[in-house]
Amino acid sequence: MRKLITPLLSGLLLLPALLPLSAQAVDGSDIMQKGGANPAAMPCITCHGTDGKGMAAAGFPRLAGLPEAYIAKQLADFKAGRRENAVMQPIAQSLTPEEVAAVAKAYAELPKVNIKPGPVERPQPGSGAWIALRGAWERNIPECTLCHGPAGVGVGDTFPPLAGQSTLYIENQLKAWRGTKAVAATRKTKAVAAVPPSRRNDPNGLMAHIAVDLSEAEIKAVADYFAGLGESKETFDESQHRLR
Amino acid sequence: MKNAKILAALLGGICLFAGVANAADTANTSRNSRLDDQTQLPKAPAKPVSQQYFQPPADTDIPNNAFGELVRRGQDLFMNTKALAPEYVGNEMNCVNCHIDRGRKANSAPLWAAYPMYPAYRKKNNKVNTYVERMQGCFQFSMNGKPPAADSEILTALTTYAYWLSTGAPTGKALPGRGFDEPPPPKGGYDIARGKAVYEKQCQLCHGENGEGKKVGVTSVFPALWGKDSYNWGAGMHRINTAAGFIQHNMPLGRGETLSDQEAWDVAAYINSHERPQDPRLVNGSIDETRKRYHADDGVNLYGVVVNGKKLGQGLQ
Repeated sequence: MRKLITPLLSGLLLLPALLPLSAQAVDGSDIMQKGGANPAAMPCITCHGTDGKGMAAAGFPRLAGLPEAYIAKQLADFKAGRRENAVMQPIAQSLTPEEVAAVAKAYAELPKVNIKPGPVERPQPGSGAWIALRGAWERNIPECTLCHGPAGVGVGDTFPPLAGQSTLYIENQLKAWRGTKAVAATRKTKAVAAVPPSRRNDPNGLMAHIAVDLSEAEIKAVADYFAGLGESKETFDESQHRLR
Repeated sequence: MKNAKILAALLGGICLFAGVANAADTANTSRNSRLDDQTQLPKAPAKPVSQQYFQPPADTDIPNNAFGELVRRGQDLFMNTKALAPEYVGNEMNCVNCHIDRGRKANSAPLWAAYPMYPAYRKKNNKVNTYVERMQGCFQFSMNGKPPAADSEILTALTTYAYWLSTGAPTGKALPGRGFDEPPPPKGGYDIARGKAVYEKQCQLCHGENGEGKKVGVTSVFPALWGKDSYNWGAGMHRINTAAGFIQHNMPLGRGETLSDQEAWDVAAYINSHERPQDPRLVNGSIDETRKRYHADDGVNLYGVVVNGKKLGQGLQ
């Protein structure tokens, strides 16, 4: 019995891939679960989790509740190479434009990160919270929340939520925007070539200079801060202000 | 008979006098008689290359006592004005929108360069205005709201914050970095159409196609630059020269000093060629009279000027 079901099931799973594209309506939630028509477009849930909240330990980002236009733009940027990533680029290249639109919409419809409002925070200078809430204006680094919104909940289609993302993911992105500088050879060590930024898709160059001017320690600290905001079970009352 | 004549003359004199007084009263009560207008400041001295701007104290220097508590309360209000003082803010602006980095950043009208310049004599209203009156002007014009009372907890906290930020700054001495350090007017003048192109490329992403800004829920994140949620026609920022200074030093956020003088003027002109809430000093309901009294020699501005076939200064509710 089992012997019979297994080939049947795998046949069923393969079926969408065998059908001509035009014959099926593209379902975003299907793509999440089963991947795109092209088998190279792996199911999103493999890395982004069944709930779309990502996998913190591996640095796979949360997609649940991100703006539709933002997700679609990132997929387009992966495809075009403006955002380099060994895992995501082949996937983005394998998704059809219809599939990109559908999966972006489906993820946008999942619950947004829920951060409950709190009193005004008083960050300590030198902490991650300080960068997040005060910035480093002597280096022209605005506080993250100025563009990403109070509590890092995200603003519009352009500034994604930082709340809900893991330390590793935020850290990786800041590092992707800055690349690394060349290291000159010494008597004992070889020269290390500069690595250019692997993420070059920030509108108007708003992120790149910030990432470049933050120290490694600040990057880690600010990533920890946003990751540490967690998620609240209480629903946020949208008629309330979020304080800065 | 003679007495009656004198009496009549006297009465007439008194009535005439009262009439004048009344007219003056009406003109003044339609606005706050003690209000410090947001008229232009003299140009701040340039900063010698070898020198730093004045450095306000660090947050760690806020003392842990009642004074420190009020400093913190002032800072909270400064950053969350709409949320914490909604009855006094008529639009969606917060102090920190024009005074970047909590009023600390040079060339973003830092409080440490403003506070020590008060009390100040203003030729325009022929009065000595206090720092509190200057802040009341902010509430009335930049926030298009209602000024809190001079002795209110709100203005006391905001004053305390400004006083603390000015720790060590000289009194009555204009410091480099004061105001917005406006770029000189471009030789060929400004161009609104060219400004629109700058806006679309550099500003629209955050401030929106219609200058409406962006919010998260009810909280404004990127302030509205025109329209009902923005500063009114009496605010200093309605001057193209003033806005050009703010923009050039501070915009796009974190990437200040990247626009040329020409671009800053053009985009400031584009922003300030849109309708916004009425100047609360409106004279006899007339844009022309208001222009004549308050705008004609107040820097470069478009209040009462016809742009694209429409006279600006109609106001918005």
